[in-house]
Amino acid sequence: MSARDRILSRLQHDVIASDNEIDLSVHLDKQFDTQEKLERFTEKLESVHGEIIRCSENDWTQTLARVVDAEQIENLTLGLGALPDQAADAVSCAVRRYDADIEDWKGQLFSDVQAGFTTCRGGIAETGSLLLWPSIDEPRLLSLVPPIHIALLFAKDIANTFTEVLCTQNWQDGMPTNALMISGPSKSADIAQVLAYGVHGPKRLIVLLAE
Amino acid sequence: MNTAVNFTDAAKTALKNPTLRFNFRQAMDSLRERRAAQFPDQDELERARDLAGAIRRRSLNHLAEKLVQLESQCQKNGIQVHWAETPAQANEIILEVCQRHDAKHVIKGKSMVSEECHLNDYLAKHDIEALESDLGEYIVQIDGETPSHIIMPAIHKNKKEIAELFAEKIPGVEYTEDVDTLTAIARKVLRSKFETAAVGISGVNFAVAETGTLCLVENEGNGRMTTTVPPVHIAITGIEKVVPSLSDVAPLYSVLTRSATGQHATTYFNMISSPRREGERDGPQEVHLVLLDNGRSKIYQDERMQDTLKCIRCGACMNHCPVYTRIGGHAYGTVYPGPIGQILNPQQYGIDQQGEMLSACSLNGACGEACPVRIPIPSLISELRHEATRNDQAGTVYGQGALRKLHEAVVWGSWKWIHRTPWAYKAMGLAATRLRRLVPSAAMGPWTKTRVKPALAEKTLHELMKERES
Ligand code: SF4
Repeated sequence: MSARDRILSRLQHDVIASDNEIDLSVHLDKQFDTQEKLERFTEKLESVHGEIIRCSENDWTQTLARVVDAEQIENLTLGLGALPDQAADAVSCAVRRYDADIEDWKGQLFSDVQAGFTTCRGGIAETGSLLLWPSIDEPRLLSLVPPIHIALLFAKDIANTFTEVLCTQNWQDGMPTNALMISGPSKSADIAQVLAYGVHGPKRLIVLLAE
Repeated sequence: MNTAVNFTDAAKTALKNPTLRFNFRQAMDSLRERRAAQFPDQDELERARDLAGAIRRRSLNHLAEKLVQLESQCQKNGIQVHWAETPAQANEIILEVCQRHDAKHVIKGKSMVSEECHLNDYLAKHDIEALESDLGEYIVQIDGETPSHIIMPAIHKNKKEIAELFAEKIPGVEYTEDVDTLTAIARKVLRSKFETAAVGISGVNFAVAETGTLCLVENEGNGRMTTTVPPVHIAITGIEKVVPSLSDVAPLYSVLTRSATGQHATTYFNMISSPRREGERDGPQEVHLVLLDNGRSKIYQDERMQDTLKCIRCGACMNHCPVYTRIGGHAYGTVYPGPIGQILNPQQYGIDQQGEMLSACSLNGACGEACPVRIPIPSLISELRHEATRNDQAGTVYGQGALRKLHEAVVWGSWKWIHRTPWAYKAMGLAATRLRRLVPSAAMGPWTKTRVKPALAEKTLHELMKERES
């Protein structure tokens, strides 16, 4: 018998205890209206050092350009696709596309890139979180390695709770390689419980919240 | 694997160390406050615990079936699944993968299960350097220590101690107590390691059977680095971590982060379902999942003890434990300290090896009240104390009866007889009250070592009640 079969045989039992009802209402009852969603999202994300810049769906590219100038970002890395294209056109700094395998430019990504731009799949009001599904166009490390992560989130994509998202959006029918929930910049309190930002991931998370 | 330690001696030493006591006290007080702030509504808290407990119970009810489903879903997604009955087997599996990829150094995300395996030492013996990347784990690793808390590994150290450590152990670093600078130093050292490591090794918080998804909870981003940058990712987890469906993870995550560190959410919730797919630009080419038993299936077989496996490793029980708060994590001498350790270690390694810590509990119940998945920790401790002293060989736990002491058995035997024999009970009462001054302090054992002898009453309760009635 293999280790697998031996372990599984020890987990067999004759009577399967009946399952308690799974009552998700404690999460699903949390319903916010549009205004509350925005307020709650903002409050929660800002409480963990996330920076939110509100803009409109029509002028987010100009807002991005302003942020890039104001923060003196000299180079910005973006993925591919319509929105990243618009972003690339709008900014005045040097632009690089994440269009090669990581093996081909790991050193550069790790040491030269100052900021990364990504879109978001959605957000969560309850916890002030971003939902990202990295893809061929917007790879996983784009939101992790650059010291500044600029994320574009459309206000209409903000859901109430994570439970609601997982119960209604059918993620289980086709999970991506990697799905992420991001709530703030990278941080640690491992040294004497003092918060420090930018431990391994970005030191700053700037969210362009487009309404 | 884990050697028997003298818990009592270690606890005494810890109690005598004022710095250690101060560090823990401060940290535990603040963790408890932060948790409380996340649950302002008692009713919501109880409902969230009911829900999380029900999800974990359902996962355990169908554990075998869900593990098989997890395996087949992972395989369908391209994740290679390995089963290990013992830490030794898990280590071999991981070593084999590392050697196949010619790894000289590997980078690790936080994993308590890998601590159970003493994986770093094992790899070092085979000339593979395993570097911890979680800041707390990194700190204890460069000091040659083990974690003292399952969530905050370096909680026993203060700023000054860490500043000294960095200045001593990291070449070219000058003494500084500035936390941002210290963090930046660690970031720099570890970044180059992420870039060059051949293999990344991580733990798993929840493994979803329905989709074959591995979920990791973290704040630093080292978990994402570990699972994304190196060409190979090996995840190791206990077999109990499986949950049936994807929607189960949201409620568990919600109580986990709030109970553990009092955060409404951690910075990252990382869900991994496959290796790099065709056309993708980054992510590991190979993902392995190692499922470790190490005594869990034995715990599973005993219905009284099965609740032990509901644990989601939030650490709230230790933050709320008055004993842990005073002696810290190292005194336990085990991978899992505090209340969860008290119920887990003796079952995994035998009461004869790690049963001593069962006595370090006043059954005050704080851990059970804090536990987000409603594990009745105090009852389990009582149950294990019974196992530890039974002499009928009818128990299920390894090392049962190992802590039975003849004099204790005689005392409790007499106690039982006295309470069932009216004349003896009366005589005992009279003797205790009338001869109260004669009871020597020493007869009260360790109690009077640091306390004055309690004054016994002049008359028994029965006598007092009678007087009142007449
Ligand atoms: S026993 Fe409960 S409180 Fe303790 S670590 Fe496990 S889940 Fe958390």
